[in-house]
Amino acid sequence: MKQCLVVDDSTVIRKVARRILEDMGFEVVEAADGQQALDACLNKMPEAVLLDWNMPVMDGMEFLQKLRTLEAGAAPVVVFCTTENDMSHIVQAMNAGANEYIMKPFDKEIMEAKFQEVGLI
Amino acid sequence: MITSEYEFLRGFLKSRSGLVLSNEKQYLVESRLVPVARRHDLASLSELINSLRKPGTKQLQEDVVEAMTTNESFFFRDKTPFEHFKEEMLPKLLEKRAARKKIRIWCSAASTGQEPYSLAMILRENKIKTSSYQFDILGTDISKEVLDKARLGQYSQFEVQRGLPIQMLMKYFTQQGEIWQVSNDLRAMVQWKFLNLLENFSHLGEFDIVFCRNVLIYFDQPTKIDILNRLAKLIPADGYLVLGAAETVVGLTDQFEPVPHMRGLYRPKQSAGKQPEPQKMANSLKAEPISARPAVGKPHVPSFSSPATNTPATQNTMRTNSASAPDKPQKFDREKLNASLDSLRRLNAQSSNKG
Ligand SMILES: C[S@@+](CC[C@H](N)C(=O)[O-])C[C@H]1O[C@@H](n2cnc3c(N)ncnc32)[C@H](O)[C@@H]1O
Repeated sequence: MKQCLVVDDSTVIRKVARRILEDMGFEVVEAADGQQALDACLNKMPEAVLLDWNMPVMDGMEFLQKLRTLEAGAAPVVVFCTTENDMSHIVQAMNAGANEYIMKPFDKEIMEAKFQEVGLI
Repeated sequence: MITSEYEFLRGFLKSRSGLVLSNEKQYLVESRLVPVARRHDLASLSELINSLRKPGTKQLQEDVVEAMTTNESFFFRDKTPFEHFKEEMLPKLLEKRAARKKIRIWCSAASTGQEPYSLAMILRENKIKTSSYQFDILGTDISKEVLDKARLGQYSQFEVQRGLPIQMLMKYFTQQGEIWQVSNDLRAMVQWKFLNLLENFSHLGEFDIVFCRNVLIYFDQPTKIDILNRLAKLIPADGYLVLGAAETVVGLTDQFEPVPHMRGLYRPKQSAGKQPEPQKMANSLKAEPISARPAVGKPHVPSFSSPATNTPATQNTMRTNSASAPDKPQKFDREKLNASLDSLRRLNAQSSNKG
């Protein structure tokens, strides 16, 4: 079973994402900020990361940059999922090595479409 | 709404747009038509239906037809047809139209425009291969409202996230507040027209590819058969018909046959002894605008004289390029581009001479 790490400081978002991702056949691991996510990745590298941008402790961008320097850190497919919905943020995220980008609010259809886009399902 | 009123509406819609409503769709009719009644200052659906029966209520009639259409669409819907476009139809047609250098595509139920714009994006993504050709993309629909939206090319955040890869969003859209605007380059590639598929469309001329997706499902058998048979008259023997995931020609017409291993993709029946298609077309379509079309079946003689020199065709290519690249700051290496175009032409010439 593919593992998806859900990184978001909102428990509500994590819960919604978990439900959708489990329906899509993923095993879900949660993290509340970038640092927790990094620890989770060092413990076990997931196949996919659903990543919020603005979070306390370490934000999504910093996490992504650190992840990509890790050994095996190039492997996970990273899908940003954030309220930052302007072109400059999108460009910045993609340049930093994100694979897809979801602008909140999202729903099951968008999540499925985006995960399909990057070959995760 | 009493039964006789519902029956009247069913008959009205069937004859106007082909839409077949089953018995238990009353709720749908009510939810869609109550707002129309309100807009026309009619107190109830019964009043709306009474007005429909009267002559001189053209606007109301159109609004009713329009309100009952289902316009759902999204970018690269179902993916496969667009892969078939890129991997099968496009390469084959680039080869077969190497002399004519013109390829015509019709999205015959284009709705809010995602389908034609998806095709336009694929063409732009394959610019090197396609830029010496003229592509006509026509999007038509029975609903003027969706056509207006398609023409504007403005989509919500939700709409640009269903099926559209983020790279495509970055490349072909600009953001205007809440709205995502399709680039002028793509908009210039598509033409929009009001068209009811129940009515004659032979005046549109011949199309190498017809997308007719997710519209036949609303019609009854005789209507589907009629439309498919009339589409067959517009598609040359080496052209294609693309249907939606829940649609087929099987059991409806023998004018088309499935392209093997390509779900949803059909081509005119390749029956032995069939008159070469362009000839037939020229006879049956008086209004056909392309008169100097070479016949399929005979090898195409490419119109350029020497691939090594800078022929008018090449110059034309460069013009197309510069004219269509205003919002892409990408620079072209002229020589490299010319070189690859030349080798492409040579390839085309070889394969079409082989027949
Ligand atoms: C579900 S949409 C399909 C859009 C697109 N082809 C796709 O597959 O995503 C169906 C469209 O067919 C149009 N339509 C319905 N009846 C029609 C008719 N008689 N002639 C032309 N278009 C029609 C509707 O207005 C609607 O926009």
